[in-house]
Amino acid sequence: MTLDHLIPFLASTAGAATPLVLAATGELVAERSGVLNLGVEGMMLVGAVTGFGVTLSTGQISLGLLAAMLAAMATALIFAFLTLTLQTNQVATGLALTLFGVGLSAFIGRGLVGQTVERLPNLSFPVLSDIPFFGPLLFRFDVLVYGSIALVLITGWMLARTRLGLIIRAIGESPRSGHAIGYPVIALRYLTVLFGGAMAGLGGAYLSLALTPMWVEGMTAGRGWIALALVVFATWKPRGVILGAYLFGGVTVLQFHGQGFGLAIPSEFLSMLPYLATIVVLVFISRKPQTILLNKPMSLGQNFRADH
Amino acid sequence: MKRRNFFALTTLAAASLLAFSTPLRAAEPLKVGFVYVGPIGDAGWTYAHDQGRLALEKALGAQVKTTYVESVPEGADSERVIRKLATEGNKLIFTTSFGYMNPTEKVAKAFPNVIFEHATGYKTAKNMGNYEARFYEGAYLLGVVAGKMTKKNSLGIVASFPIPEVLRNINAFTLGAQSVNPAIKTKVIWVNSWYDPAKERQAAETMIAQGVDVLGQNTDSPATLQVAQEKGIYAFGWDSDMVKFAPKSHLTANTLDWSNHYIETAKAVIAGTWKPKETRGGLKEGWIKMSPLNAAVSADATKAFEAKKKAMIEGSFTPFQGPIKDQTGAIKVAAGATMPLKELMSMNFYVEGVEGSIPK
Repeated sequence: MTLDHLIPFLASTAGAATPLVLAATGELVAERSGVLNLGVEGMMLVGAVTGFGVTLSTGQISLGLLAAMLAAMATALIFAFLTLTLQTNQVATGLALTLFGVGLSAFIGRGLVGQTVERLPNLSFPVLSDIPFFGPLLFRFDVLVYGSIALVLITGWMLARTRLGLIIRAIGESPRSGHAIGYPVIALRYLTVLFGGAMAGLGGAYLSLALTPMWVEGMTAGRGWIALALVVFATWKPRGVILGAYLFGGVTVLQFHGQGFGLAIPSEFLSMLPYLATIVVLVFISRKPQTILLNKPMSLGQNFRADH
Repeated sequence: MKRRNFFALTTLAAASLLAFSTPLRAAEPLKVGFVYVGPIGDAGWTYAHDQGRLALEKALGAQVKTTYVESVPEGADSERVIRKLATEGNKLIFTTSFGYMNPTEKVAKAFPNVIFEHATGYKTAKNMGNYEARFYEGAYLLGVVAGKMTKKNSLGIVASFPIPEVLRNINAFTLGAQSVNPAIKTKVIWVNSWYDPAKERQAAETMIAQGVDVLGQNTDSPATLQVAQEKGIYAFGWDSDMVKFAPKSHLTANTLDWSNHYIETAKAVIAGTWKPKETRGGLKEGWIKMSPLNAAVSADATKAFEAKKKAMIEGSFTPFQGPIKDQTGAIKVAAGATMPLKELMSMNFYVEGVEGSIPK
């Protein structure tokens, strides 16, 4: 592979990875507080369709992105109300949220099929973007590519270094103790679930506004599930999300480059590669059970009721 | 006596019921079911079938009542859906994707009084016919335009699954391009999906990075065209006119119109004249329509395009007439011969000029 190929390869990788980074980071924060929301795919779709629809009717891509976050937050709110207030089972409710999101987005999007908008523009930095090789490699992406990386860094800092992060982690480990010392467990979990919703919505909108500026039913094509897997892959640490998402995106794009060069490897095998890579890494980190045990929020998926 | 009266009365009642119900039954509409592989809003394959269904309703009005089930996965799930449509009283069922072939055949055996029509396959039974558009005629015409418009002599196709239907299109596209420009080569990237805009985009980006300057596709979303528009190269619409996604890059599109087939088949079933057949239609029968050529298409390319189109409508030319060689240079169709339908339906090779190998 020459330099001429490397640059488009890395550019495609960033495009494939960014929606995963966004959705997985949001889910990671929710899981850190002890809530497992399997509805990521559904929330991404709702975000994708809303973002696209609003951008189409207002012509403002920033309004579209905002609307995508709000709409996905609204669906996350349904999930939060059911699991946190009404104490329904998180796994079943999350699955239902995905099915609901698939249907709802298709319903909302009926009039949007076959339309298109201007895509989220790539940024151009003075001087930096014109540096040979590094310019196109690092300084010509759209704002969300940089934003998603900043998001991961900020989230990592927030979880590890701030009081809020400490409390979120504490209620994820033991909501009962958190409650006993007076933290509003349910309210905080509402917040983390809503944050997860907003990020999933933004990830969905990245697909419908930046990667392929159009709305088509089911356009996330399973990326919400990959985002969920990435959280485990990252052992609930934000920086692992970047690694996982770029690895996954890179292998996805690599299979196409391999085919284009006429590699005699069956394309079905190549399309399997990203998933295979995920499994290999999962097996690798699971070899030391402590790694998972140490990092996995102990109360993940369990409901908490403050009874007194 | 009383008993006899009762008997007479009931017989009379039954007879009158029968008398009433017979004309009612005759006026009952023919129930027609459709099984779709994608959502009707896919702007491509399923959309085209649904337009055909709507045309059928419009043409036959109260004589038919149609229902459809969309986004049905190919394989075991589809059998359940087809069976359900049959038990719900649909007397004519169209199954509109290759992967429904074996399930359709199975259900057809269980419901001998229901008529099945399967799209793009090769099996028939007493109550099962198949139909397919000669889509490769359109693909050939796209190739003619591509061969004239390319500057680097490098064409690419974003392909879905390596099945005969898709291989026919890749080969026809390449043959069409070679007919006007023998130097061209075609790259193929398989995305193993009919419909995944993000993957289609990545495949298109890859080929452009590798030097392709005219792109075709055998997938259903307009993602390939959007990339072409961004990078300033040419591409074609597929299944439906996609010009609004890429006004500068969209040279023309190979579009499908199933209306004629759906209307004719329903009429035949109502009249009781339906027979299991392998129905084929192309440019001539109006099943394939080419959307308007882009202003960027040169006069020279337009001329070549129109000439081939005319020849195919008149029946004096078909894309798979010899001599045709495969990648190894072996003769697949001798000069002067045309490929028989059976071989067309089971095509499993690349013609000379396509790069790479078919995934096995």
